[in-house]
Amino acid sequence: MGEIIFYLLGLTVLVFSVLTVTTRRILRAAVYLLFVLMATSAIYLMLNYTFLAAVQLTVYAGGIIVLLVFSILLTSHINDRLEVGSKIRRISAAVLSVIGFTLSFWVISSANLKAHTNVEAAYDIRAIGFSLMSYGDNGYVLAFELISVLLLAAMIGAIVIAKKR
Amino acid sequence: MFFAGMYGFFTRTNLITMLMSIELVLNSVNIHFVAFNKYLNTDFIQGQIFSLFVIAVAAAEAAVAIAIIINVYRKLRDIEVKDVSTMKY
Repeated sequence: MGEIIFYLLGLTVLVFSVLTVTTRRILRAAVYLLFVLMATSAIYLMLNYTFLAAVQLTVYAGGIIVLLVFSILLTSHINDRLEVGSKIRRISAAVLSVIGFTLSFWVISSANLKAHTNVEAAYDIRAIGFSLMSYGDNGYVLAFELISVLLLAAMIGAIVIAKKR
Repeated sequence: MFFAGMYGFFTRTNLITMLMSIELVLNSVNIHFVAFNKYLNTDFIQGQIFSLFVIAVAAAEAAVAIAIIINVYRKLRDIEVKDVSTMKY
């Protein structure tokens, strides 16, 4: 049963991501992206990574999609169809994508990966909190502080750029 | 998903859809991190932590990109990639 759900989610992600990049109406692309993000959050939930699924839903599907939809409504003429690149560009991009996909699929499937047998170690948010804040071996407090500085810089930058003169 | 995003990044001429393709690429990388973490080494929390960082960076970069797009729209009234060449030398 779990396998059926996983294949369904994977198929959803693949189909909707291809639809996002090839559709000619821009608001539909945003909605397909929303479906992709919700399906990836469901994949995280299946793997028992509950905090990551919640963060993905809140930040990506809740924040970035709303931002994208607002900017689409503010800046585009919705009823027009989008133009796509020239035929040469589309064909070469498609060829490159197919080549890259087969290459990485072949590399991953021919690598000798051993599955870990201890599959019931699920991480709760307490372990993530400890890991983000500790100094020692598994500690990521430096990266945490750097991310906070980055977010502050991004916020200030976005406000300064988009301000009316 | 990575290659769908890459294809969209190469072919799209609208700036917002290019941003959407970049979000697809970042999401696919997140799934890779998490899946390999779960599959290969479960007492290893790094995959999940790094995915959190990638989500945070993607959110910050999307916000700044939208600010730039809004500014470009104010000047040019259109968001096609071929019109945004005023910053070239």
